[in-house]
Formats: sequence, C-alpha cells, structure tokens
Amino acid sequence: MSTMIETRDLRFAYPAEEQEQPVYALKGVDLRIEKGSFVVVLGHNGSGKSTLAKTMNAVLLPAGGKVYVEGLDTLDERLLLEIRQRVGMVFQNPDNQIVANVVEEDVAFAPENLGVPTEEIRRRVDEALKAVGMSGFVTHAPHLLSGGQKQRIAIAGVIAMEPACVVLDEATAMLDPVGRQEVLSTIHRLNREKGITVVLITHHMNEAEEADRVIVMDAGQVAMDGTPQEVFSCVDRLCSMGLTVPDTVDLLDRLQKDGVQVPLDAITVEACADAIAAAFSAAPEN
Amino acid sequence: MEPILQIKHLTHTYGIGTPFQRSAVEDMSFDVQQGEFLGIIGHTGSGKSTLIQHLNGLLKPTEGQILLGGRDIWADPKKIRDVRFRVGLVFQYPEYQLFEETVYKDIAFGPSNQGKTGEALDRCVRESARLVGIRDDQLEKSPFELSGGQKRRVALAGVMAMEPDVLILDEPTAGLDPAGRENLMANIQEYHRNHQKTIILVSHSMDEIARNVDRILVLKGAHILMSGTPAEVFARGEELLEAGLDVPQVTRVAMALKARGLEIDPAVYTVEALERELLALRKGGAAC
Amino acid sequence: MLKDITLGQYFPGNTVAHKLDPRTKILLVVLYIVALFTAKSLLTYGIMALCLAVCVRISRVGIRQLVRGLKPVLFIIIFTGVLNLLFTPGETELFSWGFLHVTGEGLRNAVFMVLRIMLLIMGTFLMTYTTSPISLTDGLERLLNGLKRFHVPVHELAMMMSIALRFIPTLIEETDKIMSAQKARGADFESGNLIQKAKALIPILVPLFISAFRRADELATAMECRCYHGGEGRTKLHVLRYESRDYVALTIGVLVVAAVAVLRRLGL
Repeated sequence: MSTMIETRDLRFAYPAEEQEQPVYALKGVDLRIEKGSFVVVLGHNGSGKSTLAKTMNAVLLPAGGKVYVEGLDTLDERLLLEIRQRVGMVFQNPDNQIVANVVEEDVAFAPENLGVPTEEIRRRVDEALKAVGMSGFVTHAPHLLSGGQKQRIAIAGVIAMEPACVVLDEATAMLDPVGRQEVLSTIHRLNREKGITVVLITHHMNEAEEADRVIVMDAGQVAMDGTPQEVFSCVDRLCSMGLTVPDTVDLLDRLQKDGVQVPLDAITVEACADAIAAAFSAAPEN
Repeated sequence: MEPILQIKHLTHTYGIGTPFQRSAVEDMSFDVQQGEFLGIIGHTGSGKSTLIQHLNGLLKPTEGQILLGGRDIWADPKKIRDVRFRVGLVFQYPEYQLFEETVYKDIAFGPSNQGKTGEALDRCVRESARLVGIRDDQLEKSPFELSGGQKRRVALAGVMAMEPDVLILDEPTAGLDPAGRENLMANIQEYHRNHQKTIILVSHSMDEIARNVDRILVLKGAHILMSGTPAEVFARGEELLEAGLDVPQVTRVAMALKARGLEIDPAVYTVEALERELLALRKGGAAC
Repeated sequence: MLKDITLGQYFPGNTVAHKLDPRTKILLVVLYIVALFTAKSLLTYGIMALCLAVCVRISRVGIRQLVRGLKPVLFIIIFTGVLNLLFTPGETELFSWGFLHVTGEGLRNAVFMVLRIMLLIMGTFLMTYTTSPISLTDGLERLLNGLKRFHVPVHELAMMMSIALRFIPTLIEETDKIMSAQKARGADFESGNLIQKAKALIPILVPLFISAFRRADELATAMECRCYHGGEGRTKLHVLRYESRDYVALTIGVLVVAAVAVLRRLGL
C-alpha cells in the first residue's frame, strides 16, 4: 500500500509569551499513514493530537522536520491548494465551518474555489450529499439542522473536493450520541466504499473500536501505535496518560487481575461477552 | 420531608397559534427530594433543556406548576429572581458566558447580584473556587487566559457561589477529555457530599449518569419514559434500547452474558459490580 | 424572545417575479426609483402606483405583508408629511395658526412626499420578498463586477455580506443563550435607569464579541482548508443567465421611466 501522509521528525511550537521558552506541542513525530486506512488518534487535551492534525493539510507548518502529503512537501507554498484539495479537514464546531446559508451552496464552496466547471460542481454537490445521506436537504438552511446533520454537511463540503484523505479534528466532540453515531457511520462508509483515508482525532475511546490503527499521542510524541486490540490491552499505560479504556477492556483487565483467564483484546460488547462466557464455561471443570 | 421541587402537570408549548406550534414538555409530573442527586437523560429534543429552564423560572409554564419548597415559583412574578438564586442553573458550555476582567470578579457576579458584599462575598467566591479546583493565584487572572477546562470550572463556581439549594448542571462534561470529565465529576460529587445540596445532572452519557446519580429520569418525546434508581431503570435495558436510548456499556455486556446463559443480573451498571457478580458466580460454580 | 424576529424577509415562491434574474430585479428597482423621483403629478404618481400594484399582483406577495414593512418607518413618513404640510411656503393659504401656515402647495407636497416614500419602500421590499438573500448578493456582485477594474473589492464585499447573512441566526441564538445564562446568575435587564440598563448589557456583549471573534477565526481556517483564495478563478454552482423574460421586464421598466419623463416634460 502506498503512503497518504508521512511526517518526518515533525516539530511544532506555538508562539510563546515574551521572555518565555516556546512550548513544543510536537516533539519529533514520525508517522506513515497508509492510503485507504482508518486511523484514530487519541490523547488527552494538550497532548498534541490536534496540532498534529492541523499539520496534515498545511494549516500549521512544521517548525522542524517535514510533512508529506502523497509525496508533496507542505512547506512548499506553491503546492498549498493541491495539498488542501487532497486532505480535507473537518473541525469541532459545526457552526463555525459552514459558510453559506443554503446547504447546496455550502457544499459547492470548495469546488467553486477550485474553479470546477458549473455542471461538474452540480454533480459533485449531489454526489457528496448522497454520500453523507443528506440528499433530501439540498435547499435547507444549515442553521436549522441538528448538530450531527451539520457535521455531515461539513463532511460533504470536504468530500466535494474529491480528496484522498479526510482529517476529522475532534469533529464528534460537540455532538450528542445520536449525532456522533451519524458522523461515525458516515465516515466509516466513506472509508469502506470510496477508499478515502480517514484520520479521526478524538478523545472518545469507543470511537477507536473499529479503527484499523490507533495512535496515542502524549506530550507531543507518539506514545503508542497499533491495532485497537494492541493499544487497549495496555490498560495501565493508557490510564497513566490520562486516558481511559472502554469499560469492556476495564472489566477484562480486572477479571484477569482476579485470576480469570480472559484475553484483553475483546473490545466490543459482543467480543467481551464471548470471551467471558468462554472463560466461565471452562472454569467449573478446572 | 417535603420535596424541594415539585413539578405538577408541566406543559410548555412553543409558537402557540403559529404553524410551528409544538409542545416540548407535555404533562410532566415528578418530585425532587431534598439532598437528592437526580439524573435526567434523553435525546436532543426530548424536552430536557425546556424542562430545566422551567425549574429556575427562565421559562414560564404554558400549563402546570413548579413548587419550590412548597410554593409556586410564579406566585409572585416580581420575585422570580429569588428563585434563580435558590435554583442555580449551569448551562451547556458555560465557559462562553464569562465576561469579567478577573476570575474572582466573574465568580462574584452571581453572589453580588444577590446582594452579598464584603466578607460574605469574599468567602463564597473563594470557597466555590476551591471546590472546583481553581487555585488562589488564578483568581486574579483574566478568565480568558485559562484553558478550556479551567474556564468551565470558573463558570461552574460562578453558579455554586450563589449557594443555591438546587444545582442544575446541563452536560457539565461535554467536550472534556476523559481525565477532565472524571475530575470534574469528582468535584461535583464532593460538593454534593459536603453540602448536602440537591443536584440535577442532565447528560447524554448513560455511563456518566449511571456512575453518579441516585435516581434517573428518562425523557422521550416531551414525556417521562421511566423514573427510578439506576438499577431499576437499567433492569429495563431492552426497553431503553428499543426507545433508541443507550444503556451503559457494562449493562450491555451483562445483557449479552445473560443471553449466553450466564446467571448474571442484567441490571448491573458499573464495572465493579459486574466484576463482583462474575467472581461470585465463579465461586458458586467451583463449589458444585 | 429574539428568535421571533423574522430576518431576511424572503417569501419563497414560483412566480415570474421570483424567477427573474436578481440583476434584473435590482436594475428594475433602480429604474423604479428614478421614475418615482421624476414623477411630479397625480397622473405620474398614479402610473407608478399602478406599476407597483401589477408587480405585487404578479409576485403573489400579500399586500398585508408589504404594508407591514412600512411599520418601522411609519414615524419618518408621518414626520416628512407633517413637515411638508406645515412649512411649505405658498400663495393659497388654507389654514393658519400662529407661525404655522398650511398652504395648498404644502398639502400637495405632503401628499406626494408621503406617496413617494411609501411607494419607494414597498417597491424595494417587493424585491427582497421575492429574492433570496444569497441570489441578491450574487446579483449585486455580478452587477458591480466592472468596478473591480477600479480596485473596488466587489467579491470580498459580496462574500462578507453572505457570511453575515449566514451568521445572523447563529448569533441571535447565541445572544439568547448568553442572556439566559446571565439571567440564571441573577442579571437584571429590565429595571433601572438608562445607564444601569446599558451597564447590564456588558455581561451579554463581552461574551458575544469574544465568541464572534472566535467564530470568525475558526471560519477563516475552515474556509482556507476548503481552498478559498479570494475571488480569482472562482466558478459558481448557480450561474446567472439573462432569459427572455428578463429582457421583456427591463424593456417595460425603461418604457415606464421614459413615459414618466415625457409626461413631466409635457407638464402633466
């Protein structure tokens, strides 16, 4: 598989107050994100996960090291539009990323900026709205939609650029459970059906359950990197970084410490119940 | 003892006489006991926000009554401000209401509106700041220099400082990271324990509700769907799921285990409880 | 509640008045205003009123809605009327009281002035009632396109206008929320004198401004992420195109202005 985004010894510092040392939000991050993968980036507030996301389409530029988007260097100003077209970004607050007061006009915003011909814009708008399941809302006013619907419009607005990758920077943080589920199933479908690479930044552990890969950021560095099963098995390590594990893993961890033979990598409810049931049906014979 | 709040046949209808007429709350009745920690859960649009804005008199019932300490809060509409001091309401994302130059002044806004001055004011400002984990040296800072989580705490302290009999919290942990969520809920629990004050927690998160409250009110479509202790409510897990509501993840595991033939009470809702159940089951199993 | 204020008084519909190109409608309003200021006699005013009546009829906008639009400016209308009535010098004195003289010319002027303002307002409102804010902005941008040569930031102004339209409901909702939150902390917006009332607004205005700046900042980033780089090389989802009905409407508009001008020349 080819590489979608690559960071090499990526460093970033926010401008510091007078006479203070700049604080590095990213302290040397080396990552390679494969095309078509679904990657979840976890970390507590201030771990650098959002900063990392914003370097992926040149909203923030590296202070040291490099970021490559399909081989394009984000430091090269001439490539800016091309990079942003390839990596779309969805932000936290749904209200602050919708530009127009009609849904179709908003989705058309990016293709209009890119100079796409009118008929092609029409096609892209309709297709993008279909992809996020909002076809019935073409002429609606965005401010009357629910949070989850607004976020899906924002995703459609990004999809209309036909990007290879979508980065969601805590895009589910302000949503209620229903809205969060809407957004999650939408991006999973985009990943599955259109092969769009997804980088999901979140602090909701449950959202990582179905990811291909989980990256845990801590203090500006990659602290853990692996499948959800691998990462969540390290219960104590996650807790020490101010994160929690899903209750399923917490339960399995406790049972294991109580001496019950259960694996730690059963994250979903069904897998967890299977693992416990298996351990308990074997238990009486021992 | 008499309930601190009694909600009697409360109905609230928006846009009466327009084509958009819609009842957000319909014929709701329930009591809130003195010192109780009540959780309210329901989807967006279930009537939660409309309901809580009635409890401190921000909205006026279309029909029905709210009794605070046995007296109708709208008996004298001029005194509605006193009701707001006795029933403190912290809105969702309260950090967006901060406006003063210093943290201290912002926390003092509510209590000084109450007429508190001098030492009494100073005491309640400092005490509530301490309660939510704001350090003394942060009191003279501008609230806008603080981190998002700390701003939220300042806003919370601003309502606690009015020393209300009932404290209503609408999604206090929304948008915080796991550690932030846990810390804040621990602060709220401590406030509840130390002051014996009534708390109403509105949340989307079943897990958060399950871990913190004495009693749950489940709302759906402007009505009360269920009411009871967490154990009573989660025992009806299937019903909750059918209504499109969530149950705690632990409860779902318990339900799945029961479906696999294990003798588990499907109403458990904490990891610790399910662990205990399973260990007891193993001992029992080993004995025979 | 603030939410009840109806903003962007656009009444969707499917009439010719709705379907006309926004540029046509803007130009027609300009022509209409020119004609109104050319009109000098009962006959010409009558023609203008008739034109408006025909347009209202075509657009199927209720006359009641149009009249309601006059409410906010009622004071100005009455004021102008009274001023003209009392202070126009003239030969034929109808009535006098102290230094006030009501003359025949005054009465005439007052009636025409009031008529002119009312027709002016109703005509412009008819345009906003039948044109969505976004296509109005679009039309303005295209009409003023030529000014770009003189370094007038036409695209930027149009973009600002449409973003403002987009955020008005959001900010109204936010104001409502902040007001409720401060009321919950015992803020009192009703009692007190003017200065106290103005002071009571600080707890609303400060958070509102801070939030507006934060929103602006986030929106700017989001727009850049969607490849916004000014008006250059931008295409449009909806391209404005003059249809035959636009030419017909404009021709009629020009004819009306010409007719009014000729009638004035003839002293009618």
